[in-house]
Amino acid sequence: MRDEIQREEMLEQESVVERFDKKVVDQEVIDKVATEEYKYGFYTDLEEDRIPPGLNEEIIAIISAKKNEPEWLLEWRLKAFRVWQKMEEPTWQNFEYGPIDYQGITYYAAPKSKADGPKSLDEVDPEILDMYEKLGIPLNERAALAGVAVDAVLDSVSVGTTFKKTLAEKGIIFCSFSEAVQEHPELVRQYLGSVVPSTDNYFAALNSAVFSDGSFCYIPKGVRCPMELSTYFRINAANTGQFERTLLIADEGSYVSYLEGCTAPRRDENQLHAAVVELIALDDAEIKYSTVQNWYPGDKEGRGGIYNFVTKRGACRGKNSKISWTQVETGSRITWKYPSCILQGDNSIGEFYSVAVTKNYQEADTGTKMIHIGKNTRSTIVSKGISAGFGQNTYRGQVKIMKSAEGARNYSQCDSMLIGDKCGAHTFPYLEVKNSTAQIEHEASTSKIGEDQIFYCRQRGLSAEDAVSMIVNGFCKEVFRELPMEFAVEAQKLLAVSLEDSVG
Amino acid sequence: MSQPILEISNLHAHVEGNEILKGINLTINQGEVHAIMGPNGSGKSTLAQVLAGHEAYEVTEGSVRYRGLDLLELDPEERAREGVFLAFQYPVELPGVNGMYFMKAALNAVRKHRGLDEFDAADFLTLVREKTQVLDIPKELLNRPVNEGFSGGEKKRNEIFQMALLEPSLAILDETDSGLDIDALRIVADGVNKLKRPDNAALVITHYQRLLDYIVPDFVHVLSGGQIIKSGGKELALELEEKGYDWVKELSREGTVEAV
Ligand SMILES: Nc1ncnc2c1ncn2[C@@H]1O[C@H](COP(=O)(O)OP(=O)(O)OP(=O)(O)O)[C@@H](O)[C@H]1O
Ligand SMILES: [Mg+2]
Repeated sequence: MRDEIQREEMLEQESVVERFDKKVVDQEVIDKVATEEYKYGFYTDLEEDRIPPGLNEEIIAIISAKKNEPEWLLEWRLKAFRVWQKMEEPTWQNFEYGPIDYQGITYYAAPKSKADGPKSLDEVDPEILDMYEKLGIPLNERAALAGVAVDAVLDSVSVGTTFKKTLAEKGIIFCSFSEAVQEHPELVRQYLGSVVPSTDNYFAALNSAVFSDGSFCYIPKGVRCPMELSTYFRINAANTGQFERTLLIADEGSYVSYLEGCTAPRRDENQLHAAVVELIALDDAEIKYSTVQNWYPGDKEGRGGIYNFVTKRGACRGKNSKISWTQVETGSRITWKYPSCILQGDNSIGEFYSVAVTKNYQEADTGTKMIHIGKNTRSTIVSKGISAGFGQNTYRGQVKIMKSAEGARNYSQCDSMLIGDKCGAHTFPYLEVKNSTAQIEHEASTSKIGEDQIFYCRQRGLSAEDAVSMIVNGFCKEVFRELPMEFAVEAQKLLAVSLEDSVG
Repeated sequence: MSQPILEISNLHAHVEGNEILKGINLTINQGEVHAIMGPNGSGKSTLAQVLAGHEAYEVTEGSVRYRGLDLLELDPEERAREGVFLAFQYPVELPGVNGMYFMKAALNAVRKHRGLDEFDAADFLTLVREKTQVLDIPKELLNRPVNEGFSGGEKKRNEIFQMALLEPSLAILDETDSGLDIDALRIVADGVNKLKRPDNAALVITHYQRLLDYIVPDFVHVLSGGQIIKSGGKELALELEEKGYDWVKELSREGTVEAV
């Protein structure tokens, strides 16, 4: 009896220690970086292969030729381009941005040495490897993060993918988009544009016309991907746009957790990033897609920074499938995106967990769309918006229950936190219900970070900065919980850095 | 023996343009427990907040020396790290911030300031175990977000638990007894008594003589209208209970203000 009690106690203590160690790590990281500014703002001088700025059919043909693409893909691009030319730039968003000179952008820039992509990691330019080291993403497999395979995309091309062999043994395809076009054209052709049609919206159409690279991933039937897959995007070259495409297919009964991270050098002019991400989950498949977005946000006066205009959409095509988006958006001058789920399969599940931070003059208009088509489909939306300085944060979300969606359920929770009194938070939830059996729940709150909360922490010995980062991290906990461990730590430290001079 | 820990002289403080503290004089020596009593709105919490460094309160006159330091010059976190602890009358909630994590960060901030090694998780847990035994605080409370959804009494007990972990030199307890059931009151008082050392001191704000049966004060002060209008030994508390504050106010109006 006594032994049993003792054992219980020991177990209990152990689990506390475990939980604790995890937290301790987080705290140490926060401490370390709490005093740093945007530290990814450096520029690496690489010899570039770049085409002249401008956008026309000839340019598109050059990009396609550089990638040695099949005819059908060039046609697909041109069709998108022709539609794009007739489209109007949207104006419904809750922010303004200077006119983008689409003819002034360079649509293809690649580090010169390996314009057609390295065959293996050994071939990657050492300067590029150095640059990724500096970003904390070692591409060398021995030094790499345990259990994370990385595809690194630099400007317009993928420069290296780690752990390819390990993955290939399970039949998993994880490679650059260009490589997939060459090696697995049938899969690309079958799925490309099947979730986000090439003419879906202004920026998706532009991307479809000029995309240069990105990541491709296919998980075969019944395979549980043994490691986190991750794409690390880096804009290095000046005056370019980055237009990558990610296509991820989870075949029946498979599982994958996918992460993306992004950084860019500090520059005074704005750079456009217009990506498209398409996810497809077949029967009983699950995709967990996490983003830690840290593009250069611009300076204190609002000069420079990335325009992050991205279309992300996942199709839960099969029954019992699940797609879960988790995003932590701290970077970019403007973030404009709505990672969405089309819940086609019966009993399929869509999730969206988001933390968006805007400070200085940053703006974010983000949220999600959950389209319920199948029976008993379920969706969960948890959005945490944090505004500091002059930052503006908009949540825009749509929940659509189609007639066919018997027994659909949605739960939405949108919380906003304001730090200071010059920032703003806005919430635009849209709801469309065509089936009366649907159950919808929506909660929203706006709070100001309390002076009394900060004082309480300081009275216990914590600095004001630590107090804010602790309170904000507490506020975002439900979202961080969804991130894989390494990324949760990354996200917390990003938040600490982002908010470090937000308290007076 | 008696080295002063805290010396408040002629302290005046404003909040939002209103003068709340109107010339407080009070000296607390090492090893002493002082109790402050007084009617609602007389400025007891204000005094506590001013000592802790809340920025909403503006000190317009007077000085506070704390263990040889000019207390009013220090930031709130510096005061805390120097050993000033305030158990709040209304502890705030920190949603999502795990209590253990919070206290480990706080303890390490204090230790770092004092040039001590920071505690790792194991050290910290050992300390927590020790303190939870003394204070009989439910472990589940500690792993929950700080004060979030705690009952009134749980919040107060959590304050005392935090105090026990941080081992302050000067503990200010602002009505820690209100909202506590009889058992909790005894436990909290017990905890405070166990922390008592010859080189620290406590300032206990309360409305009830009952608490002072457990935490026996060396001095009792009556704060009214922003001033200490009467001071005495522990028997003053009993007298107050019997006669009410009007009795002291009457005395003070007659000009018999006693100061320590
Ligand atoms: N932030 C504030 N703004 C305006 N008035 C304030 C503020 N804080 C305190 N006061 C006023 O100062 C006076 C003293 O308040 P304080 O909280 O110090 O009283 P107290 O003695 O602690 O009372 P109680 O016994 O009810 O806790 C009160 O009249 C109160 O309304
Ligand atoms: Mg009070």
